[in-house]
Amino acid sequence: MPFVFGAAWQMNLFFFTVMYAALASAWNIVGGYSGYISLGHAAFFGVGAYAVAITFNHVGIGGGYRPFYVLPLVGIGVGAASVPIAWVAYRTRAATFAIVTVTLLFVVQQLAFNLRSLTSGSQGLSLPVPSFPVSTYEHPFYYAMLGVLALSALASWYVRGSRLGLMLFAIRDDEDRARGLGVQTTFAKVSSFALSVGLVAMAGGIWAYYISFIYPQFAIDPLVTIGMVLMVYLGGKGTIWGPILGAFILVPAQQYLAYRLGASQLYLVGYSAIFLVVMLFLPRGILPSISDRLRHLKARRRPERTEGAVSDEPVERVAVS
Amino acid sequence: MSALLEVEHLEKRFGGVTAVDDCSFAVELGTVTGLIGPNGSGKTTVFNVVTGYLPADGGGFRLDGRSVRRPDPSRLARSGLIRTFQHARVFPNLTALENLVVAAPQGWRAAGRARSPADLRARALELLEEFTLDGHAGTPAAELSFGQRKLLEFASILMSRPRLVLLDEPMAGVNPRLVEGIEQHIRRLHAEGLTFLVVEHDMPLVMRLCDPVIVLDRGRKIAEGDPEQIQNDPRVLDAYLGD
Repeated sequence: MPFVFGAAWQMNLFFFTVMYAALASAWNIVGGYSGYISLGHAAFFGVGAYAVAITFNHVGIGGGYRPFYVLPLVGIGVGAASVPIAWVAYRTRAATFAIVTVTLLFVVQQLAFNLRSLTSGSQGLSLPVPSFPVSTYEHPFYYAMLGVLALSALASWYVRGSRLGLMLFAIRDDEDRARGLGVQTTFAKVSSFALSVGLVAMAGGIWAYYISFIYPQFAIDPLVTIGMVLMVYLGGKGTIWGPILGAFILVPAQQYLAYRLGASQLYLVGYSAIFLVVMLFLPRGILPSISDRLRHLKARRRPERTEGAVSDEPVERVAVS
Repeated sequence: MSALLEVEHLEKRFGGVTAVDDCSFAVELGTVTGLIGPNGSGKTTVFNVVTGYLPADGGGFRLDGRSVRRPDPSRLARSGLIRTFQHARVFPNLTALENLVVAAPQGWRAAGRARSPADLRARALELLEEFTLDGHAGTPAAELSFGQRKLLEFASILMSRPRLVLLDEPMAGVNPRLVEGIEQHIRRLHAEGLTFLVVEHDMPLVMRLCDPVIVLDRGRKIAEGDPEQIQNDPRVLDAYLGD
């Protein structure tokens, strides 16, 4: 799919598929690896979008390919700016963390509405339409987004294979015990969050340039967050390819359903039906469920494993404080 | 002997309940100190405060003679004070090997290193062998038996080469054969110079393993001495058997 080109509507679909794959892949570094369900990632998507739009309107970086060059700066800047926010948010855990981060989303949205001198409030900000040739107009955006996806996948892969990944997995399993063993949990959580939202902000920047007109309610949209989370859960939390697979299934499915059932809100029902079916039959997501099956098959073919040297009946005792 | 850990006038309240009440004791270097007391006497709460999991409401503690002002579990672990939990806590989705590797004391600068670099791997494999888990290096901890998880947890605290180990009911729910095994490990490590503070309900074990033994009742220290003294102390009998 990545290098196939088609009509404009197809390119549009490819663009959004790749965008969500990048977002889901980046979200997975936080939600999948460390198990912290952040619902605030869309805030950073919006900040990235506004960062590019504002540089256009207030700094005048010019059109053409130049906005793409500021993307690394946007990513690094947003990542750095998220550090104190993450540090505060990570004082909470589990459901509280989800609520704190979703609050962040609405705070940023309100800021976008009200900081009119910067964002023009609800009127929105427009970006000049670049003079790319009409027949291949979508290609530069698509390639840029593909670059961010590659970066997200690379980051996921690198983190997973590094000690940082091991720290995050330990946090997901038992954070208190990880702390007790000397793992620097705050560092691991905050740095992975900064990396993740930096990537999300870069995707937001490309998105803004692509659709060339952004409003607070679409740039900072809870549905963007929900999309990332659903795709990660569908494909498989904590895996490298799961989030990407999830996006490649859900985005086309969503577009198709919206097209077929568009007149009503029925497409949302279809969308959630897909998700329910997956939760029912592959509760851990597609990739982990498949690899579990494969392992079971392999184990069945192998001879019975011998028990370890230590026998293992837990003996119940009275008077355990 | 000098005190490795000194607990001074420690106080901890949960609402109206005073769990630890003006509690002071010391753990001398090179001992296996037992901490016993009836249920609800504050043993685990003392553990939780001393390891930084709960803030104290009063008093404090010293490690190596230095007062610990803002105790933090992670920092304390890196300075050599490490604990186990009741009920064998391991990281279920990590392999046995990774359970040990993650427990190695590495600063944040090591975050970019390989997930299990060769030196840590070698040390972890050594420990797995010591604890008869060497056949399970690649097994996710969730698939180990209860006894194996207990041993794995024990092994993981040794990755950091700690100086003081706090064991919270190491024998709870463990079968007699494994009790013996864990006891052997404690004795061996003690002989190698490690200091232990042990909370345990298995009295015969405490009496043959620990010296001195400290007795808590209602959050206070009521007695301290060698096992013989403790067994013959009327205050201790009172605390256990009621007034």
